[in-house]
Amino acid sequence: MSNVLVFVEAKDGKASKAGLQALGAGAALAASLGGKCIALLAGNGLDAEAATLGAYGASRTLLASGEAFSKHSPDAMARLIANQAQAQGAAVVLASATSVGKDCMPRAAAMMKCGLASDIVELRAEGGKPVAVRPVFAGKARVTVQASGALFATLRPNVFATPARGGGSAPVEAVKVAFSLADLKAVVKEIVSGAAGKLDVAEAEIVCSGGRGMKDPAGEGKQNWANLEKLAATIGAAVGASRAVVDAGWRPHGEQVGQTGKTVSPKLYIAVAISGAIQHLAGMSGSKVIVAVNKDAQAPIFKVADYGIVGSAEDVLPALIEAFAAALKG
Amino acid sequence: MNIIVCVRRAPVTDARIKPGADGRNYDPAGVNYDISEYDKFALEAGIALKEKNPGSKVTAVILGVKDSAKELRTCIATGCDAGVLLISDKEHDAFATASALAAKIKTLPHDLVLFGHISVDNQSSAVGPMTAELLGIGCATVVTGLSVEGGVAHVEREIEGGKREKLEVRLPCALTCQKGLNKPRSASMKGIMAAKNTKLDEGPAAVPANLINVLKMEPPAPRPAGKIVGEGPDAARKLVELLRNEAKVI
Ligand SMILES: Cc1cc2nc3c(=O)[nH]c(=O)nc-3n(C[C@H](O)[C@H](O)[C@H](O)COP(=O)(O)OP(=O)(O)OC[C@H]3O[C@@H](n4cnc5c(N)ncnc54)[C@H](O)[C@@H]3O)c2cc1C
Ligand SMILES: Nc1ncnc2c1ncn2[C@@H]1O[C@H](COP(=O)(O)O)[C@@H](O)[C@H]1O
Repeated sequence: MSNVLVFVEAKDGKASKAGLQALGAGAALAASLGGKCIALLAGNGLDAEAATLGAYGASRTLLASGEAFSKHSPDAMARLIANQAQAQGAAVVLASATSVGKDCMPRAAAMMKCGLASDIVELRAEGGKPVAVRPVFAGKARVTVQASGALFATLRPNVFATPARGGGSAPVEAVKVAFSLADLKAVVKEIVSGAAGKLDVAEAEIVCSGGRGMKDPAGEGKQNWANLEKLAATIGAAVGASRAVVDAGWRPHGEQVGQTGKTVSPKLYIAVAISGAIQHLAGMSGSKVIVAVNKDAQAPIFKVADYGIVGSAEDVLPALIEAFAAALKG
Repeated sequence: MNIIVCVRRAPVTDARIKPGADGRNYDPAGVNYDISEYDKFALEAGIALKEKNPGSKVTAVILGVKDSAKELRTCIATGCDAGVLLISDKEHDAFATASALAAKIKTLPHDLVLFGHISVDNQSSAVGPMTAELLGIGCATVVTGLSVEGGVAHVEREIEGGKREKLEVRLPCALTCQKGLNKPRSASMKGIMAAKNTKLDEGPAAVPANLINVLKMEPPAPRPAGKIVGEGPDAARKLVELLRNEAKVI
């Protein structure tokens, strides 16, 4: 059997965008392997959403609900995925490489004594077997891998296309997981929200990052950072930062882009006053289009940038805000 | 408390990585190694907990080539009490690595097993939770806050959108550590001297076959040559026009 099981992550009562991307990739792979694509949803109040997954390529949808899924629990989720991987005879098990997917897929794979390909950016069948491609060394190289036995894989968000809603429909079946709350080893107590509506660098379609040349936001760099945030708000981008900036305490850790920060692959990456050290390039050179603003025409960032502006953040940021605002209005 | 820290020896982050002659692994020529970046947060967490809980012991474990004894001694110089070297000169996938680590950790007392949340080379973010599963213990990943009290780890982990999740995990448990958890200390002079005389627990590793097989390793797709749009603020309008009409990203 060459069935593909896709754990579709739900967020706020809906299948998440990354979850639908995994589903689309799973449906395409199932078609080329000659198997079925089975969607798996977990959570409460998802009945209506579950019924829509056929329109995105699922041939059946499994829905697990109950107390164990009222909050994210890696134990319960991993057990559910492993149980269904077995029950459905899945040759491939997919989820998105988000904080939920990265949390439970390794555990699920280990339960099944299967290998896991993390954060993949390509998925296809070759000679009737699934093959995945994943970046390693934060993008300094990429490897093509195949699994002995079933392939568990997490898909990097925003790399696979979000499937358009089609005309298909799929039956929904309730599934149970043999799990009591007392079995949970890790229990989520609370979710502390950050700044309201803050976009995550790893998820955003556009990222504007600032580097050391932006200067201290508590001092002479105040206007630069305010401008970078204004630029981000104008174009719907997340704010990112180089490690120099994070280590100086100018921006939070979660915003660091690079080999020891987040690896990002947005459609547009704007680097302002970032030199382009190898560790930074590793984390962002998978972006579709790169723009660099730097006062030094020799800065290494210009070697990877599609478009460069030689100039200071002080001068160029206000002009960029104005130009983007005008273009997006017109 | 018995604390185990799993440490990976990985190429330094400014190493240039090129596929080697076999087309499946990187070319090790000229590559220097160090403790994988995030494992430094795991080491610091373990050492800080030991200091808070007198009588605790921190053991660093590396699965790697014989030369990894150097990184293991750095762990001891930084504050670990003991070092275990599971010797293997092959590249292992996450499940094989976790199997070898779990087999050894099972033989050691362990209340807390600490990992980096991701390695800088393999980047699977999987060895920690897989080892936890093989040990049958709980696990929290991407940990940015930690306190341990009454047999429970109170953990904060980073999730999307700047949000944090607060969890309670019963000991024994595994945690994978993220930047922000602490500020890693460096080895002390006294530690470096002591590490020289510490006997390591070394032996060949028992590692199962890989389940994820690399068919080929390639450099990333080359980026087309870019262009300088112009200088100063006047270039902004031109840039936006190019992004809209040429690159079609806005
Ligand atoms: C183990 C390790 C891991 C690392 N991981 C990462 C990582 O994940 N991510 C990361 O980013 N770095 C990482 N680094 C750090 C990296 O090596 C660089 O030090 C860092 O990226 C530099 O940050 P920067 O470009 O902001 O600063 P700098 O290198 O200081 O560059 C500042 C740039 O701003 C320009 N500039 C100055 N003033 C202005 C102005 N007014 N207007 C416009 N331009 C201006 C300058 O010309 C210069 O190019 C790591 C380092 C190590 C050792
Ligand atoms: N060979 C190894 N020896 C000891 N620990 C390891 C090894 N490989 C990975 N780890 C641990 O597992 C973490 C995650 O690695 P990875 O799953 O490759 O991203 C690392 O940060 C280490 O803490």
